[in-house]
Parts: sequence; C-alpha cells; structure tokens
Amino acid sequence: MRTTRALLAASAAAALLLAACTTDEPSDTAAPDETAAASEQPGAEGEDEETADGEFFVRADFDRQLAQRDVEPEGDPATPWLQAIEPEYVDTAQYAQDGNTLCFSNASVSNPWRVTGWITMQQQVEVLQAAGEIGEFRVSDAADDDNKQISDIQAFIDAGDCNAIIISPSTTATLTPAVEAACASGVPVIVFDRGVNTDCMVTFIHPIGGYAYGADGAEFLAENLEPGSTVLALRILPGVDVLENRWAAAQEIFADSELEVLGDEFTGGDGAEIKNIVTQYLQRGEVDGIWMDAGDGAVAAVEAFEDTGNDYPVMVGEDELSFLRKWQETGMTAIAPVYSNFQWRTPILAATMIWAGEQVPSEWVLPQDPITEEDRDDFLDRNADMPSLHYAKFGGEDLPGFPSAWQDR
Amino acid sequence: MSRAVAVAGTGRTTRRRLGATELVWLALVGVTVIGAVLVALDDQNLFSIANTRDILSRSSLLGFVAIGQTLVILCRSLDLSVGYVMALSSLIAATTMNGDPARVPLAIGAVLLVAGAIGLCNGLIVTVLKVNPFIATLGVGLIIKGYLDTEYQGPAGEVPSSFQQFGFSRIGPVPVSTLVMLAVAVAGILFLRKTRTGYHMFAVGGSADVARLSGVRTGRVLVTAHVLCSIAAGIAGLLIAARFGTGSALVYNSGYDLESIAAVVLGGTLLMGGRGGIGGTIAGVLILAVLDTVFNILAVDPFFKDVLRGTIIVAAVAIYARRQIDRKASRIRFGGDGGSGGSAPPEPRPDQPAPELDRPGGPDDTDRRPGAGGSREPSVAADSGPADQQGHRPARHLDGTGGAR
Amino acid sequence: MTVTAPRPTPQRSAGSRAGDLLSRVFGGGSATVFALLIVVFAAIFIVNPSFAEPPSLMAFLKQAAPLMILAIGQYFVIVSGEFDLSVGSLVGAQVVIAAALIDGEEGRTVPVILLMVGFGILVGLVNGLITTLLKVQSFITTLGMMLVLYGAIRLWTGGAPTGALSEAFRQPGRGGIDMAVVRQLPWALMILVGVVIVAVAVMRSSYGRTLVATGDNERAAGFSGVRVWRVRTLAFVVSSVLATLAAILIGGYAGVTAQVGQGLEFTAITAVVLGGVVLGGGRGSVVAAMAGALTLEALFVLFNQLSMPSTIRPAVQGVIIIAAVAYAARERARPRHHQEVPSQPQPNEA
Repeated sequence: MRTTRALLAASAAAALLLAACTTDEPSDTAAPDETAAASEQPGAEGEDEETADGEFFVRADFDRQLAQRDVEPEGDPATPWLQAIEPEYVDTAQYAQDGNTLCFSNASVSNPWRVTGWITMQQQVEVLQAAGEIGEFRVSDAADDDNKQISDIQAFIDAGDCNAIIISPSTTATLTPAVEAACASGVPVIVFDRGVNTDCMVTFIHPIGGYAYGADGAEFLAENLEPGSTVLALRILPGVDVLENRWAAAQEIFADSELEVLGDEFTGGDGAEIKNIVTQYLQRGEVDGIWMDAGDGAVAAVEAFEDTGNDYPVMVGEDELSFLRKWQETGMTAIAPVYSNFQWRTPILAATMIWAGEQVPSEWVLPQDPITEEDRDDFLDRNADMPSLHYAKFGGEDLPGFPSAWQDR
Repeated sequence: MSRAVAVAGTGRTTRRRLGATELVWLALVGVTVIGAVLVALDDQNLFSIANTRDILSRSSLLGFVAIGQTLVILCRSLDLSVGYVMALSSLIAATTMNGDPARVPLAIGAVLLVAGAIGLCNGLIVTVLKVNPFIATLGVGLIIKGYLDTEYQGPAGEVPSSFQQFGFSRIGPVPVSTLVMLAVAVAGILFLRKTRTGYHMFAVGGSADVARLSGVRTGRVLVTAHVLCSIAAGIAGLLIAARFGTGSALVYNSGYDLESIAAVVLGGTLLMGGRGGIGGTIAGVLILAVLDTVFNILAVDPFFKDVLRGTIIVAAVAIYARRQIDRKASRIRFGGDGGSGGSAPPEPRPDQPAPELDRPGGPDDTDRRPGAGGSREPSVAADSGPADQQGHRPARHLDGTGGAR
Repeated sequence: MTVTAPRPTPQRSAGSRAGDLLSRVFGGGSATVFALLIVVFAAIFIVNPSFAEPPSLMAFLKQAAPLMILAIGQYFVIVSGEFDLSVGSLVGAQVVIAAALIDGEEGRTVPVILLMVGFGILVGLVNGLITTLLKVQSFITTLGMMLVLYGAIRLWTGGAPTGALSEAFRQPGRGGIDMAVVRQLPWALMILVGVVIVAVAVMRSSYGRTLVATGDNERAAGFSGVRVWRVRTLAFVVSSVLATLAAILIGGYAGVTAQVGQGLEFTAITAVVLGGVVLGGGRGSVVAAMAGALTLEALFVLFNQLSMPSTIRPAVQGVIIIAAVAYAARERARPRHHQEVPSQPQPNEA
C-alpha cells in the first residue's frame, strides 16, 4: 500500500515533469498579469469577484452596475438585443471573412431560462441561415460540467473549421484557460451571459449584471416595506458566483435599509423546498417580504402565504410567466427583476457583424429593466399563449418561428 | 498506448476472467466502430487527430475517479464522496498554489494528504463504525459539501500556468493528463496483481468472512481501498484545478460519483465486489468518452444523450450478466428465479478454482455469495455481507440437493 | 421446505405478537431512529413551542408526507435486497407529465392520474424485470432508468416543463378538510395514513414475509419455493407506484418547477437506512423506514428553527446520519432479542 501511494505520488510528479517540458499547444494560458488586469477591467457580474478568499462583493462593480441602470442605452429600443450601454467599439476588420461556420459551446439547457434563450437563439440562427449569412451551426452542450465544456471548446479549436466560436460559460473563472486557448487559435470568440477572467474575446455580451439584478429587488423591498419589516431571502445554490453577486448586492441594500433579514435559505429552485421553507418561517413569525435570487418557484413561495392564511408579502420574483400571472391574479405588491433573456440573440448577430468586419462593442452591455406593475400586463398580453415557465423578455416576437417555436418546446 | 493497458488489464487475472475484461474491450471496439460509422455518415472522421485527442482528454478526468472507485467496489464498498473530494481538492490545490509555481509541489502534497485523510475517514467509518458505505460516503460527502458551501462562494485560488499544462499539454495526440491517468491505471493494476493488499482486495470483496478466516485483515484492506480511492479523486481534483486554472466547488454537481460507478460497472467489475479490475474500468471510461465525442460530433440533443447513456449502460451490463450466467451455468450456480423460470439448473462443480486469492479452500469459497457473478445481487450490501455469508451456509447444502432434485 | 429457510421472523404465535411487535419496532437498529425522532422533536419544541400547535404540526406532516411515502416505497425495494435510484427522476417525470397532459383542463385530471399510475407501473416493471430477468444489478438498472427518465422527459418537453396543473390535481397535495383545532386536515396526511396501513398489512401478509426472506437470503427463499423474480419485481412496482403518488402530492403541494424531484432518491434511501433498514435486504420494518423519513424532515425543520446557516446544514446532516447509522449498527451487533430463534442459523451483524 505504501508502495502504491509512492507510485501514485511518483506518477503525479512525473506528470509535472512532463508538463514542465512539453508545450505544444497555444494554450499557454493565463499570464498572471492578464488575470489581474481582467479583475480591474470593468466587467459584468462574475468577472471580478474571484479572489483567493472567495469574497464576492466588489464595490466598484456594484456602483457601476447600479449607475448603468439609469444610462440610456444606444440603439433602437424596439430591438433591445442590439442596444448597448456605454459601448466602446472595437475594430473587427481582421476577422472579416467569407466563412460562415458558427460554433457554439453551451453550458447547458438545464433550466427554463436557458431553454427559452436557446430556442430564441436557434430561431435567430434559422433566419440568418435562410439568408445565407450563417452556414453550419455547430453546437455542443456541456450539461453544466465545466470540464466537459473545456473539452467541447478544445474540440472546436482542434476541428479548426469554426469561423467564430460563441461561448456561454458554465462557470466564471473556470473556463478562462479554455477561452484563452480559443482566442489564441485566431478565431473570433464571443462570450455571453457569464463572463470569464480575460478580455481576449472580441466581444463579451451580457445584461448589466447580477448586482443590478439583486439591487432591483432589494431596493423595491426597501421602498415598499415599512421600516422594521422582515424579509426572507430565497436563493438557489451556494457557490454560483453570478448568484452570489445578486445576493451580495441585496445584502448591501438591506444593510442600508431598516429591514430585518430573517435568513437566507437555499432551495435548489425546487418549488416544494421553497414552500416548505417559507411555511416554516411563517410558522415562526411574520414575513413581510420575499427576495429571491432567481424567480424559479416564486409561485410556490406565494402559495405558502395563501395556504397558511397569511397576507401576501411584498414579492421579488422574475420575469417568468408563472410568476407574472400569479402577480396579476393576486394583485400583490411585487417586482420582477429581469436578467435579459433576449441576450441569447445578440451573439449570433454579433458573429455576422464580426464576419462583415463591422465594429462591435468590446463589452456589449445590454439593457436590463425590471418588469414593474406598470408594464406587467403589457408583457402578459404579449406572451398570452406562452407556457408558464417562459420568460417574458425573451425578445423573439419578430422571429418567424413565433409563437409556435416557444410554445411547442 | 491504451491497448497496452488493456492487455495488462486482462492479463492480470486468470484465464477464467479473461473473458470478462475482453468483453469490455470488445464492447469498446464495438462502440467505437458503430460510432465511427455514424460519424462517417455525417462526413466526418472519428479517428481524426482532433477527435482522438478529444476522446482521450475526455477520458482522463473520469479515469482517475473510476480507477479509485474500482478499488473500493472490488472490496464490495463504494464511494459516493468522490465528487466532493474532487471539488475540495481542486480548491486546496488552487488556493495553495495561488499563482506561484514554486508552491506546486506543496499543493500536490496537501491535496494528496487531505484526500487520503478523507479516504481514511470513509474507510474507518465503514470498517470500525460498521456504517454501510453508501451512507458513510454519502454522509462524508455531505460534510465536505457543508464545508465547501460555507467556505467558498465560488471559484477560488489561482493555478500557475506551469501547472495548467497538466490539463492542456499533449504529447502528439495524447494529452498529458491521459498519460498520467494511464500511468496511474498501470500502477493500480500492478498494485492489484503484485501486492498482498491488492490481492486481498479480491478476497475481501468476494467474501469478507472467508477472507478474515484465511487471515486477511479485512478492515485494513478496505481502509486502504478507500484511502486510495480518495487519493485518486484528489488527483482528479488536481486535474480539475489545472484545467480550470482555479478551484471550483461546483464540481460536485457534475455527477462524477454516479458516473464513476457506472464506468466501473460498465468495465465489468461487479458492484458486489470480488471481481473485475482496472483494465476493464479503463475500457468502460473510454466507452463513455467515445460516446461523448460521437454525440458531440453528431450534435445529439443533450437530453437524448442522457437517454442513450442510460440505455447503453444498462444494456451493456445486461450483456455482461448474460455472459457471466452462461459461464456460470457450467459451474456452481443457483437460479434465484428457480421457482418461476423453470427449475434452477445447478450443476454442482464445487471444485471450481478460486483464482485470485489465496483461499483456504473452505467449503464456502466457491460460491462466495449467492449468485456471485450473477448480477442479481443486492448491489451494495457491505454491512450485511457477513450475514449473507453465514445465512447462506445452509443454502450451500441445499445447492447439492437442488441439483439432485 | 420452509423449515430450512432462515427467516427473520420465523415464528409468530399470537402470544409473542406484542413483544414481537415491540422488538420489531423498537429493537435492533430501529430503536435509534425513534430515539432520534423524539430528540429532534423535543429540540424543535424547545426552540419554538408554537410548533407543537396542531396547525403547525399539520402543515409539517403535509410537507413531510411525500418523502414518507417515497421512503415506504424505497423500503420495499431495499428490504428485498435491491435499490431504487430512479424515484427522484420518476417524481420529476410524473409531475411534468401531469402538467403537460392536463394543461390546466380540470376534466383531464382523473384520466391523467390514471395514466400516471400506469406509467409508474410500467417503470417499476421495467426496473424489476431488467434487474431480475436480465440480472443487471438494481443500482445500475435504476441509475440507467434515472438517466433515461431525466433525459426523455426533457426531450419530450423541450427542456422545461410546459402546461399547467389543474386545481383538482393540486388538491391532494395542497388542500384538506378545514376544521377547528388543526385549521386544516390535509388530504396528504390521510393518504399517508392509508398508505402506511396498507404497507404494514402487506408486510404482515405472506408477500411481506416472502419479501424479507428474499432480501435476507435469496437462495434459501428460492429453494423454499419463492419466485424471487416476481417478488422483487413487485417490490419495484410498489416503489414506482408510491413514487407516482408522491409525485401527485408534491406536484399538488408546490406546482411545477423544473427541478422537482431532484435528489429525492438519495434522501429517500437515507431516510430508509436511518430507519434501521439494512441496505442489502432482509432486515428492518416499514414503520421504522417511515420514521426515518419523518426524522429527516424534522431535522430540516430543526435546522431552520435554529436559524443555522444554510451552508453548514449538509455537514450537520452528514454527521447526524453517520452517527445514527453507526449507533444502530452497534445496537444490532449486540445479542439478539427473544424473537430470534437461537437454534436457527440466524444472520447477525458483523
């Protein structure tokens, strides 16, 4: 047994030796200074919080994101997926080409938000394929496994015939080396949704970010609840940096308010779990407001109030239709923060722009406006025939597949 | 390269088992051929350098975990904490290194030490506290999860680029990580063949009681298996750190626990222990990797992948089971379904050689557990193992009468 | 024939019934779970006395019922010596099926429920037959089934659940009879009680004894004329049908979410083992298995009442589970109680 351990250790050591002397790949990654630079560079959620102690609040980003909410985005409000907040355009002439094979490494389609976006993206691709702007659209899905996604990206690089690579990273930070390798292969790289700790990609597309999302809900609670009211925070999972940002922002707002946070609980986004937890809190005392880091299962939380005979809380949900409908039905005081689902169209359009040599923003910040009581009914009307786990701001109404593509999933 | 391992793997055991591991490699060839044909129909080449690389690099991470898992499963245990150990290891590695190449050896040492300690805990809980390994390792996993969730809110630490080469470099078409994985596999095979502890693992898995009676320190062997399994998961964690450039707690959501068990079983090792080996496991891992690559090339819907994967795993194990039953039909065998599936055809030939352990040749050693080799067993039954053993002593006699009936 | 087959409860004369029952329920490994249950409840009552009020208890039982029903189903499989890892996926699949097929139409509720039961039976049959006839270990069979169900249901609905549940469908899990004192007597509780009564009756019937005997020693059971494959397949069917019932309750309780059912298989197995049921089969009572589920749910409530940071809860849960199972194993290792017939080759723990 001792021998084996020694053997194992030896093989690990051998690996290191080997590693030290072979570099045949362009993946000589993360120069430390580059990473450091990335953390100073204004990034979206998830970009800068990666520090050794896992601290997830960066004041500068928080302030910037909150300010960006009030900036009028450039571009036509009718096509929010092409709008950009404070864009800094970069030249893409070097990437202009006739090839039109588009490769997309998707983190997963494991939740309704991603499913909705994925349909929108496919519809957008179909339009451009019909127009001849996109040829083959090659997709790999990593099923939420970072390591698989790294292999997926590597496979695209090795295949060598992608004319652009779109990456929707599974986890911030962990995909940095793979994205850098993709950049190093000379293909234009487009990252969207969650970020990575590098700025080597041509454009990084994302809505304003998690701080803004978290703050939208928390501020609403602070404004609509009496001082001294109690708030319960429901979160999906620990350790997901993009979600940690939302919570960090909410904590920041709550700390400045006179609200009392009863607790923060992880629910896995599972309705039954949410209802259990809310019921238990209600059993212990009053809950005046609910803050959620994502709207999955928001209806279950509201039902817990109904079933225990309590008054509706002031509610923070999301632009998921089941919640919007419940909101309309009950008339409670609520807000639906939005993590703009229409961003799934943007990378496809960006790829064609890059191939055409058009300028794109290096950091493409899309608008991210919460749905309030004023525009709620409008969004509900627009999505009247959509299933309940559909997201109101999916932004695909003008695509030819609408509405059946989103209805018959 | 991997061929060599295969041969080593099959050669490890005696003639009787040659078939089992061979079958797995045959299955790998079959899957590869079918995959290649499908890919060819799509006008692509599965054996292109890029795709070969892809298959190999996909196999390395699961390979480490599965090698360790093989050892515990051979001992009729299992380890559901591997995913958490991987996550913890990646974080320890990344935070210890913290971007400094000089600290790499320290980080590796720390990871192996911590992983080994966790394995020790697993092993002791199973052997000393007599907790079923399913619960023991699930519980230890939960404890680690609690620590990770509390301590880390996201990716942490930084891996220097020199160590990242472990995850990204290749020699020709073969990723370094795959080479290391294969080296560990060879080490594991040698361990099982050449060392007493390794040898005893088959005995413990075959029958803890018989092993104990024949002087094997069963507890110690089981603990060793758990320690090695966790260390293997620790190495997988190192690979994750190298590939991610940082440590990530969320790895535990990626399902490596069940996937590694599936790979081991796919590799022909019996879940109830006592039979199988690392050679088969590597083939099992490669089968999964080939499937992954083929699915990717063909752009199979991710959900359809799950359906196919589930079906293939069950189908493969059913085929192995079929084979084993056929083979066993010529040896001692008890059809548990005797009442229904017609009469059980036990053909007592109790002198069947017990190859891989220095057995005392007691009356029990031929049949180990009811249906040894037949996969009908309660899959994880470690804490009732001895009970089974004793419980079925009378059945041993019945065996004879059954044959006479 | 039966004489040679060692059975865990070989003799049940009327006289020894009571003692037998007591030791079955409280003896051996099962005592631990009841002790733990009492301790956890006592702790909850101390932390929050208002939890002891009937409405709170009813709400608690309503939310605990699905897991308890799942644990009962899992018990049948585990005591026969097998595993069912597919229940979590099955619960998820059933809820999604219900939502997609009912699509908000009240009239479809009953037909769809019947269809779900049929689907549950089918899944159980497939699990059971693959395990018994094709000799695939149940761990792998049900792991495969878990993957297949997970993938197939999402393939069918395009990744996220569609449709909606009807009000009638939601009643069993959410509603109840409004009354004084308890505020609401949940349907879920009544269903649970019904399931428990049936389960206890089944375990006392010849089928139940056969099931335990099969789990204890398959060969001996086979030689004593038990059709092992049928007994086990039936156990898988019971598990799947109860998972379907749990799905109806969970779907009713909380509606449709994409994550419904995830990880329930591990919780259910943990609950059963916590109840002193031995993985590998042959030992443990169904009541104790159910108590295990109740204890787990109570433990989660206690964590909540103590305002324990939610990140650390898994760790505490892990420690408690290991400690409880280890303690139970120690208890079992002690000399057996009177219900064991010493002259028989009794299995005992190492």
